[in-house]
Amino acid sequence: MEAFLSNIDKVVDGFSWTVRLTLFSALFSFILGIVLTAMRVSPIPLLRALSTGYVEGIRNTPLTLVLLFCGLGLNSALGLSLADSVAWDVFWWAVIGLSAYTACFVSESLRAGINTIPLGQVEAARSLGLTFTQNLSLIVIPQALRTVVGPLGSVLIALIKNTTVASVAGLGVQEASRQMKLMFDQGIAPVLPTFVGFAIGFLILTLPTGYFFGWLSKRVAVVR
Amino acid sequence: MSAQNVLFDVPGPKARARYRIYTAFTVLAAIAGLAVLYLGFNRTLGEGAPSILSSEAWAPSPTGQWTANKWLPFIDPATWTDYVIPGLQNTLTAALLASVLAIVFGLVFGIGRMSDHWWIRVPSSAVVEFFRGIPLLMLIFFTMALPIAINQLLPVFGQPPMTPGTFQVSALAAVVTGLTLYNGSVLAEVFRAGIKAVPKGQSEAAYSVGMNKTQTMWLILIPQAVTSMMPAIVAQLVVLLKDSALGYIIAFPELLRSFTLIATRHSNVIPAAIVCAIIYIIINVSLSRVAIWLERRNAQRGKQSAKVGAGPGVAPEPTPDAAVPGAVPDQGQETRNKPTEPS
Repeated sequence: MEAFLSNIDKVVDGFSWTVRLTLFSALFSFILGIVLTAMRVSPIPLLRALSTGYVEGIRNTPLTLVLLFCGLGLNSALGLSLADSVAWDVFWWAVIGLSAYTACFVSESLRAGINTIPLGQVEAARSLGLTFTQNLSLIVIPQALRTVVGPLGSVLIALIKNTTVASVAGLGVQEASRQMKLMFDQGIAPVLPTFVGFAIGFLILTLPTGYFFGWLSKRVAVVR
Repeated sequence: MSAQNVLFDVPGPKARARYRIYTAFTVLAAIAGLAVLYLGFNRTLGEGAPSILSSEAWAPSPTGQWTANKWLPFIDPATWTDYVIPGLQNTLTAALLASVLAIVFGLVFGIGRMSDHWWIRVPSSAVVEFFRGIPLLMLIFFTMALPIAINQLLPVFGQPPMTPGTFQVSALAAVVTGLTLYNGSVLAEVFRAGIKAVPKGQSEAAYSVGMNKTQTMWLILIPQAVTSMMPAIVAQLVVLLKDSALGYIIAFPELLRSFTLIATRHSNVIPAAIVCAIIYIIINVSLSRVAIWLERRNAQRGKQSAKVGAGPGVAPEPTPDAAVPGAVPDQGQETRNKPTEPS
């Protein structure tokens, strides 16, 4: 355990990338997820079709492929650069890939939430003369969000764990699992304590998130 | 609430005109986005490239990804027999092995978590929460490093270290182990929720006819829980199949790895990625369809049994003939319509 603790700076560095990946991807996927949901229920058939196609397509593609496409396809083949340093460049590509992937799950949860809203709410809104956008942003989305706090928490936990895939070739963000692999391979610390240490690190991130969202979902639940 | 056609009124002439404008904008935006991707992968975008108004920019350039040469490998049978099919076989082997093992793992620990004995319940809970809370990739890395770990631990117990190579973990074993532990833990929670959702009367009835705990669990609760949770189980198996692509990272020769090999060999990253994505989407969408079909079947079955069972007295189980249109309605038909719809 001492060898692991003497390398604690590497561990902390790894988890700092994990947390940054999670925060930015969570933010962007949440926004994109709401946009996709709005498109999915919009009166314009083309928008509905685009949203359905996107969600069904990306949701059924492995995350490894999505991130590989961002790394090898968009970053290398297209030659698009998002930041000056390599570390931040691959970081932003990883955020794009993770957000594009996670947004599908946010959108699916939100759509399930919309389906739980009683018909009368929307009919009342329409009878007051609210337009589609007003209806969605004032009546439907706020209520839907409150009912899907729990599922969104699960999506966030999945995202925290999925950030490890950002270590894939072509990206190679120095996040926690990659640091762990490097420590295994370089033999700078015994395998078992290293694994346990990193596992505890992830549990510190995922377990409180789960409890927090469980508490929050009870607190904001809509009583019907 | 069904979202469609409730959030907005039937459009009048003004709204229809507005929708047409929005549609036009969407089409333009989509075309612009696709054009950037097309030109980008065609290597005719940015500095030193021909003007995007010239036909030169739009013709598939030999250095770009859209030229026919980059796609030809996919109509060559050798590509499929040498790369894609073996990769697909490996992916399916790993997924199938892991599915079976994960279901066993899930059953054992799901039931373990509901045990009456704390010394079974607490460790089972700890195992499930641990493997559910840490990333799958870490489990795979750790399984790969297991020989090193054992070699480091043996001296601690006063044993001599193994000679190198006596114990090795193959990439397949690492992937299957990781997938089993992670998805098994998720399935354990699914089974637990399913068993809890079986009405209490079922187990009470089982105990009252003299069944013991094991019999009640295996003969009464688990069959009903598995049936009602089948959609969730299949959905988790889709996740498992998708996650098997993580094997790529530890060089397990599965489908994604095959496609990256094709991509390196013919330097056609984009066509390879597109074909690979299509294959995964086809497999996963068909599996998801199975889940949806099971869900519908369950819903129908639940409705029937709820309605038949809710009637006073013993209503006979509807015979298969009753489903045939024009068949004589059986006794259950009347009782079926009486009770109110379960909300």
